[in-house]
Amino acid sequence: MNMTVILITLVLLAASSYYVGLKKSVSIQKSEKLHSAPIYHGSLLAIYSLIVSLLFILIWRLFENYLYPEFSLSKNLIFFLSLLVFLITALIVFLKIEKNFRAREKVENIIEIFLLICSTVAILITIGILLSVIFEATRFFSMVPITDFLFGTHWSPQIPIREDQVGSSGAFGAIPLFTGTFLIAFIAMIIAGPIGLMSAIYMSEYATKKTRDIIKPLTEILAGIPTVVYGFFAVIVVAPFIRSSGEYFGLNIASESALAAGLVMGIMIIPFVSSISDDVINAVPQNLKDGSLGVGATKSETIVKVIIPAALPGIIGGLLLAISRAIGETMIVVMAAGMSANLTANPLEAVTTVTVQILVLLVGDQEFDSPKTLAAFALGLVLFFMTLILNYVALNIVRKYREQYE
Amino acid sequence: MFDNEELLKETKSQALNSETVGDIHVDDPRIIAKNINVFYGDKPAINNASIDIGKNEVLAMIGPSGCGKSTFLRCLNRMNDTIDACRVEGELFLDNENILDKKTDVVSLRAKVGMVFQKPNPFPKSIYDNVAYGPKIHGMAKNKIELDEIVFKSLDKAGLFEEVKDRLDAPGTSISGGQQQRLCIARTIAVSPEVILMDEPCSALDPIATAKIEELIYDLKKNFTIVIVTHAMQQAARVSQRTAYFHLGNLVEVGPTSKIFTTPQHKLTESYITGRFG
Repeated sequence: MNMTVILITLVLLAASSYYVGLKKSVSIQKSEKLHSAPIYHGSLLAIYSLIVSLLFILIWRLFENYLYPEFSLSKNLIFFLSLLVFLITALIVFLKIEKNFRAREKVENIIEIFLLICSTVAILITIGILLSVIFEATRFFSMVPITDFLFGTHWSPQIPIREDQVGSSGAFGAIPLFTGTFLIAFIAMIIAGPIGLMSAIYMSEYATKKTRDIIKPLTEILAGIPTVVYGFFAVIVVAPFIRSSGEYFGLNIASESALAAGLVMGIMIIPFVSSISDDVINAVPQNLKDGSLGVGATKSETIVKVIIPAALPGIIGGLLLAISRAIGETMIVVMAAGMSANLTANPLEAVTTVTVQILVLLVGDQEFDSPKTLAAFALGLVLFFMTLILNYVALNIVRKYREQYE
Repeated sequence: MFDNEELLKETKSQALNSETVGDIHVDDPRIIAKNINVFYGDKPAINNASIDIGKNEVLAMIGPSGCGKSTFLRCLNRMNDTIDACRVEGELFLDNENILDKKTDVVSLRAKVGMVFQKPNPFPKSIYDNVAYGPKIHGMAKNKIELDEIVFKSLDKAGLFEEVKDRLDAPGTSISGGQQQRLCIARTIAVSPEVILMDEPCSALDPIATAKIEELIYDLKKNFTIVIVTHAMQQAARVSQRTAYFHLGNLVEVGPTSKIFTTPQHKLTESYITGRFG
């Protein structure tokens, strides 16, 4: 007997038990006043029986192998037993239905518990992800000292095949990766921050409705372009442009550079900044703007001194979203900034980022117990904590600002 | 009981006849409005209104909702410019300058004609910075000492200084609604305007805060010309010398406040102040 058939049968049974419960309570209602409306009696009968029988199946499946291995093959048995459980529960609830039965309260409780479970799912999954990463990262740190990883300045995750091989010791210093990540994110924010904010100001304060209706959707298209396409753009257009303009000034620039990746990434995240900033600037009450214009401030004075400060929490939120997007971005960097881990602050050199290295470490056939593979989890863990701290700090800034001015 | 349908018919026929009853002129005018017409898109909002506003007087503008009194008020400092579909025609003279002229600098106009709004709208800044906002923009103070003086004087004139002198650094939004409205008045006074426009300044306030603002208006009259839009007729009676009654975009009647409230000449004015519509 297929599990799907069992489930469908149970749901059909639940539907019919709903009508049974409804009918009984309606017939009681004819002579006496019910505590709960008939619909709750029917629902309770259906939901209770369904939950109990599903729980039965779940528990049975979990424990059958340990407790009764001899029954494990008999799906029919599960089917009949679950039907039996369903019917017994339904019968018990059915017998309980009378004028004072508080079915409404019980249904409300079930709904509340269901909602609670839904809201904890996200938290539990986050904890699960964190634990799995921590577990693998601990294995990595048992092979490579944590201080070497966090403070080492040399990244070359090669594991020797033979003992006497040249360059036999792998180096797992993560600092070049993090500087690379921040360098590219920084360049991207230099591009996206001002451009996004300015275009948001133009759209919300200066543009006519018609202009805004054209510009805003077009800007948002930028966010929908696949990052691979941005990568092409970086490699084919931006990098050669940077190199040739570098040659013009007598600079020798590699075709893969942090600048190219950062510029293109900046273009990619403009919509994150502009769209959110535009929304929060529009949310600044008109009477604040009127107040400023009313004492003779110009439009730009009003924007700089009243609107932006009032919209700042939202603008910071938009910037942070953009930063975390920039830190997590992989594809553009692989294509435009290269894979060599250089410890440099020079945007004209090739760098690499944390996410790119995670990709590199995990691609291909790898053993899952070599430091090379496990290093990916350690990188992921550090990245996770960094974004966590970033978000925490940002939320605090926003909250402090709100407390002050609301 | 008054027959509503009859009143409506009468209202419509009256609306066509846009002659203003009463004396629109004063001896010593500060603002002269001539044949003001305002349109929102194609919809007329004010129909050929002419009125003088005298020096050091409080002019109250009353009338049912949507009668155009706020729109008229917003013409006086060109705040209607911020509404895209709004079009103003006619002539409005302040110091012999037609302020409706395209060439008029609205920034300096608004410094001369300040405005207090319906809802208290302090900026999300400290009390001090709220008041210092205008003077800083217009470069009215050479140094911190002068700025302090302007801020303290303005707060004092708005009757707020004693209440907030210990917490000038507190956010302007942290004080009570009535105090916030007086803060907004202080902010307006700080740029030393000649005229102060008030758009239902007490409609969001409780009776005690309202009484304080009314007292303040009475005091401010000595130094400023004040135009106040209000829904509360008692308030108009208490604070103003002259009253203008608007109805469906028409300036129906203008006259000394005592006369308007005791012996109105126009039937619509009489219906309104006796509470037949509002």
